Amino acid sequence: MSEAYFRVESGALGPEENFLSLDDILMSHEKLPVRTEIPMPRLGAFFLDRSGGSETDNAIPQGSKLELPLWLAKGLFDNKRRILSVELPKIYQEGWRTVFSADANVVDLHKMGPHFYGFGSQLLHFDSPENADISQSLLQTFIGRFRRIMDSSQNAYNEDTSALVARLDEMERGLFQTGQKGLNDFQCWEKGQASQITASNLVQNYKKRKFTDMED
Amino acid sequence: MLCEKAMELVRELHRAAEGRLPAFNEDGLRQVLEEMKALYEQNQSDVNEAKSGGRSDLIPTIRFRHCSLLRNQRCALAYLYDRLLRIRALRWEYGSVLPSDLRFHMSAEEMEWFNHYKKSLATYMRSLGGEEGLDITQDMKPPKSLYIEVRCLKDYGEFEVDDGTSVLLKKNSQHFLPRWKCEQLIRQGVLEHVLS
Repeated sequence: MSEAYFRVESGALGPEENFLSLDDILMSHEKLPVRTEIPMPRLGAFFLDRSGGSETDNAIPQGSKLELPLWLAKGLFDNKRRILSVELPKIYQEGWRTVFSADANVVDLHKMGPHFYGFGSQLLHFDSPENADISQSLLQTFIGRFRRIMDSSQNAYNEDTSALVARLDEMERGLFQTGQKGLNDFQCWEKGQASQITASNLVQNYKKRKFTDMED
Repeated sequence: MLCEKAMELVRELHRAAEGRLPAFNEDGLRQVLEEMKALYEQNQSDVNEAKSGGRSDLIPTIRFRHCSLLRNQRCALAYLYDRLLRIRALRWEYGSVLPSDLRFHMSAEEMEWFNHYKKSLATYMRSLGGEEGLDITQDMKPPKSLYIEVRCLKDYGEFEVDDGTSVLLKKNSQHFLPRWKCEQLIRQGVLEHVLS
């Protein structure tokens, strides 16, 4: 990692996303199932198979089931559900919650939408009656998986870690990476290399790329 | 309308790992601004119709487009801001003169920002430590000695040391030089710090 580049971190696990965080923007692009509670004229072009046609002013009919990105669902939602109502994606519903409580470690959280915790936390904005259970499930799932992540990140030195991170969601991968950095820094210090001045990663990677460009 | 172009900009930056700076995507940004303009004009027209033509059923539609406008704005701002963070990092990791390839990756405004940042940093550093100021971009790792052994990784040419004598930095030559003179060249990858 470049030592002087400090990207805007994700705020998704807290009450609100961070406006300038690239991670949060990517997370809120993931979709969830919604139902329109009112016709929406002139938007039929974007959901052609639902469109009511020109007699309805090209509207998306009331009661349509759509998949919208989180940012749009958040923007159109209000507690009176005048424009749309939101359904929970399957992995946050009771069936999957039971699976997580049985053994959180076996699940491939990367496949289940790579921002499992962030997206799940922001889902709480939609005032579902299951909110208390969802938050408990997110927390307990993390607790169940954390030990393994910490162990593997602290013990995998100088080896290919792709198998270890394959089934982790983005937040867990970030944790793993932090753990690896700590491990590498410590090893470097132990070897007496902590005072060695080095070219920054940025410079080294930039040079590697330059050579590849020249070879083309 | 669902802000795909804006997402492309965000993904492009997210993919450029290790704080690397990709070329400024002027075209992409222009397309995002065009989409925003179209959304805004459609909304203006629908708002007028809703008010004077009694079409209050257009309100959810107007809100939909407004959400898209805000989303495009957010993506564009995050793109520009994250690039500035990367450009700022370049000052600390490369030094105050950037290689030309990197300069071509920056827009004119970003170059101007970089120059302002350099100046602010220099002013600040001059204000520290009494008369001569303090170069805080040096000694990023705790120094153990005044002089260090370095090996040259590529031909650099003549290099002047404090007492006026100069050293020829030729690839693979080794030298024993003052730490403060070499630090920047090591960080730029010209020299290598050899530990005994």
